[in-house]
Amino acid sequence: MKAKNNVQTEYGGNTGRELVKYLKKHGFLVVLSVALALFSSLTALFVPVLFGKAIDSILSDMGSVVNCLIRVGCVIGVTALMQWVMAMVNNKVTYEVTQDIRNDAFEKIQKLPLNYLDSHSTGEIVSRMVADVDTLADGLLMGFTQAFTGIVTIVGTIYYMWTLSRMTTIVVVCVTPLSLFVANFIAKHTHDMFITQSVTRGEQTALIDEMIGNEKVVRSFGYEDEALERFNEINDRLAVCSLKALFYSSTVNPATRFVNSTVYALVALVGAIRVLGGHITVGSLSALLAYATQYTKPFNEISGVVTELQNAFACASRVFALIGESEEEGSQIYDIKASDGSSDDEDGIKGEVDIEAVDFAYVKDKPLIEDFSLNVGSGQTVAIVGPTGSGKTTLINLLMRFYDTDDGKISVDGKDIMSLTRQEHRKRFGMVLQDTWIKQGTVLDNIRIGRPDATREECINAAKEAHAHSFIKRLPQGYDTVLAEDGGDLSVGQKQLLCITRVMLALPPMLILDEATSSIDTRTEIRIQKAFHKMMNGRTSFIVAHRLSTIMDADIIVVMRDGHIVEQGSHEALLKKGGFYSELFEAQFAH
Amino acid sequence: MKKLLVYLKEYRMQCVLAPAFKMLEACFELIVPLVIASLIDKGIGGENMPHIIKCVAILGILALVGLTVSITAQFFAAKAAIGFATRLRSELFRHLLGLSFSEIDTVGTSTMITRMTSDVNQAQNGVNMFLRLFLRSPFVVFGAMIMAFTIDSHIALIFVATIAVLFAVVGFIMSRNIPALLRAQESLDKVTRSVREGLNGVRVIRAFRLEADSVKSFNGVTDELTGRLKKAGHISALMNPLTYVLINLGIILVIYSGGLRVESGILTQGQVIALYNYMSQILVELVKLANLVVTLNKAMASANRISAVFDINTSMREGDGVDFDTDPDDDVLETESDAGSEAVSFRDVSFAYPGSSEDSLENISFVVNKGQTVGIIGGTGSGKSTIASLIARFYDVTGGGVYLFGHDIKDYSYDQLHSLVGTVMQKAVLFSGTIESNIRMAAGDVSEDVINDAVKKAQADEIVKGKGGIKACVEQGGRNFSGGQKQRISIARTLAMRTPIVILDDSSSALDYATDLSLRRALKELPEDTTVFIISQRTSSIQHADKIIVLEDGHMEGIGTHEELLKSCDLYKEIHESQLHRS
Repeated sequence: MKAKNNVQTEYGGNTGRELVKYLKKHGFLVVLSVALALFSSLTALFVPVLFGKAIDSILSDMGSVVNCLIRVGCVIGVTALMQWVMAMVNNKVTYEVTQDIRNDAFEKIQKLPLNYLDSHSTGEIVSRMVADVDTLADGLLMGFTQAFTGIVTIVGTIYYMWTLSRMTTIVVVCVTPLSLFVANFIAKHTHDMFITQSVTRGEQTALIDEMIGNEKVVRSFGYEDEALERFNEINDRLAVCSLKALFYSSTVNPATRFVNSTVYALVALVGAIRVLGGHITVGSLSALLAYATQYTKPFNEISGVVTELQNAFACASRVFALIGESEEEGSQIYDIKASDGSSDDEDGIKGEVDIEAVDFAYVKDKPLIEDFSLNVGSGQTVAIVGPTGSGKTTLINLLMRFYDTDDGKISVDGKDIMSLTRQEHRKRFGMVLQDTWIKQGTVLDNIRIGRPDATREECINAAKEAHAHSFIKRLPQGYDTVLAEDGGDLSVGQKQLLCITRVMLALPPMLILDEATSSIDTRTEIRIQKAFHKMMNGRTSFIVAHRLSTIMDADIIVVMRDGHIVEQGSHEALLKKGGFYSELFEAQFAH
Repeated sequence: MKKLLVYLKEYRMQCVLAPAFKMLEACFELIVPLVIASLIDKGIGGENMPHIIKCVAILGILALVGLTVSITAQFFAAKAAIGFATRLRSELFRHLLGLSFSEIDTVGTSTMITRMTSDVNQAQNGVNMFLRLFLRSPFVVFGAMIMAFTIDSHIALIFVATIAVLFAVVGFIMSRNIPALLRAQESLDKVTRSVREGLNGVRVIRAFRLEADSVKSFNGVTDELTGRLKKAGHISALMNPLTYVLINLGIILVIYSGGLRVESGILTQGQVIALYNYMSQILVELVKLANLVVTLNKAMASANRISAVFDINTSMREGDGVDFDTDPDDDVLETESDAGSEAVSFRDVSFAYPGSSEDSLENISFVVNKGQTVGIIGGTGSGKSTIASLIARFYDVTGGGVYLFGHDIKDYSYDQLHSLVGTVMQKAVLFSGTIESNIRMAAGDVSEDVINDAVKKAQADEIVKGKGGIKACVEQGGRNFSGGQKQRISIARTLAMRTPIVILDDSSSALDYATDLSLRRALKELPEDTTVFIISQRTSSIQHADKIIVLEDGHMEGIGTHEELLKSCDLYKEIHESQLHRS
């Protein structure tokens, strides 16, 4: 708990400054909003005084009553107008600031090192960018309007009351903090109940996640009764602690209302005595009573606003922590459509890849790849095999510069890859990964990822080469079928075919295939292999594959284990050697 | 919506008492202006100090009674809301667990989880706020109006007019605002999807250098959101100023005509103040009511979503159970074990997944005898897993019939089916608990020997050893186990059930070839009567099966032994050769 608080305050300083930075853009509107809040609160507070005067005049002179009422009408009109403008301004500022924050956060994601993204779950980042920013927006709106107007109202009320009756004011000022005290007292005592509630709720959500998320497994084992039993046990506990939390926290309202009523009664008493003493008029008493209700309202709201603001700040600090993460150096992003005019340097690439004494670790003291060296000649096909965790994918990460080496160097055509920007470097590689990624949009949009300026014909040709054409044709709108998030109804194999099509379209000088065909059945795979072979002709290629049958034709097979190369050579040579590779290979055919 | 009210039944008393006490509290609040009026007219006007003190004392008592009454109301409301949500959650969970695979496919697990969690919470909140405020606020509004009538029926007409206009204005704003908020919510969902897409595709985006592009399209999405939020904001920005103006216009009218009537001696000054106070009370309650409508609207939407889930009835009907007409102590299968008799047969089976127009299986017929091992092979989407699902009756066939031990699969009770068929699913799933609790999930209280035997056969003993024994902890989602480890534990889980039919649905895909081989050898040691189905993409995993079924696009392309198929089935030959190019 303490540690958490520290973190919050640590961010807290920056959070305020960061927020101000975003608000600065709307500097004028912010000032306008504050001014409007100030004036509209003051004019609104003036209304009871005028009504009081009107009520006083009732007994004497109807003319001045009308007079007063006309003035009230004007004040009200002006106040309402200011309130309306203020609400519009606040909306504009809040929504535009949150949009800026979201856009900045998203741009940041594009520039963050993969290290950060791999070590933070998608859900966590999504919740920062969506839920947290939303809470921030609510907090901003609330903070803007209520906190400020609340304070102005309190100060203004005290002032007006003071002008009407000092005695009453003193009584009110002394008693009202009681309501804050009561609210605080209850909040403090319900805190633990809320903690228990959220812990129990978390426990229940975890169970729901497990049982409903894997319902097919649960059903297949006939585990429903046990699941329900476990669920109900937690559910009953949740009922008990939720009831406590809900009930005790809902006593705040009646309790503060009680304090307010007491204040009201006291104002009535003191005010009445002052009227009898001839110090104030009945109209003033009515105004004082109106103030008494108005005055306590912001107090009740402020405790709510404070939690809301605290919440908003906590959320803001999480978003700003994301935005404030350090970027990869040289991560400026360029619009490739705009800047990709020249492709002449691509033709000049031979594709010799030298990996020299590379060390790499995801976690500092757990070295994964050590002293790794490999020479790949122009146009060669390199297959990387080895058990899970041996560093195959890590090698791909380094080749694509998703991660940078800790030591040693990788060069292409004799030129250190660190000497180019990441975008320049990646332009030379085409990549297909096991985890397919389909963006929302049409099939054509998804293929064009490979080359944004490709014509429809070029896309269709690429699809034909990747053996994707036949399934795309059968989709409801063919190439114009809109695919939902993550490919929707497409099978994993079909998604892989689409991803392969992209690379077929891009035709980059070098290729990386990381388990690119793992979910495609072997017959289709063989056909794709043929297409790949055609494409790989003259292109340096790196292939990671689980099925050894797919890589037997590679020029070099690199067998990895625990971050080291244990064997290296052609398929035949490795089989003859009778080492780890032949062991892996033989196991395929044993029965 | 109405259907969910059943779960409030038990709390009928609380549901009546909570609003009743709230109304009582409102009554006390409505008395206050009258007391003030009397204080001013009789106390101050009559310079009657004891009366002033009496009035203030009454105010104090009203406050105290109000406190007691409203705390009581809060208690009843909380009790009813929590009780409602607890029962609803439990019933919903039970209902979801009763759905068959077809419905699970159509609803989707993430939807089900949201219904169980945030939607039920919204509904709980809705019930709570409804009980607390829904009667109170209108009661105060109309109560104030009625009180105005008791003071002066002429001026009370101003109340009637003001309230009518206020309701019209608030209703209009809400009716415009709620759809606007819904549209904004849609945009927000789009933002969520875009963020997730940008994160999941980060490698591809970078590999194809689409960073600038994706930032641009994200900005487009947030633009739309901001636009819609602003639009909703424009409407709701009118709420406060308009109600403020209307109420104060009402007060101006009340004081003006009140003033005239004081002049003519019909009303007292104190009564005018009381009317003024009533008008102010209306404003406060009306704002609360508007907020309540928003909360209720959300709760209603959640409630509707929940009842939509309740409306989904399982499309599968449990069989009455098959009577094996033997003495009940005997194991169901021993009695039927004339060796070589039929275990599983498909008779002209066709099947289409719910919502799909195309058949996933067409006219499949085959017979498998007791003790046989059957391999099923075919390409992606050829229908292999579908056959497994039908043997376990995860789905009902759309044509033809599936028979287990000579009886229609639909005649078995679910318990009987569980004791007959054990499936290892394609996706290995472990649950939080221990290794043992996972293995015992289906097997229940079997002896330790059975567990150990299952572990050994599943090639999982080294995992158990490595993790520190059978009681080793499994974290949620089994995230402290690798894919291959999860597969082996889940195989052990199925083997521990000791069912006469065992199905392995591509469940050795994450195992290396050597382990896969040992597993297959161990499966041979299962009791002689056990019928085993092995679904695989590798011919090496199934080539020694007694029978191999070759599927393509839902059709059976061939059935027979490895050798027979190599001769008769081109497709099988092609698959086999594609995997075996030994040079």
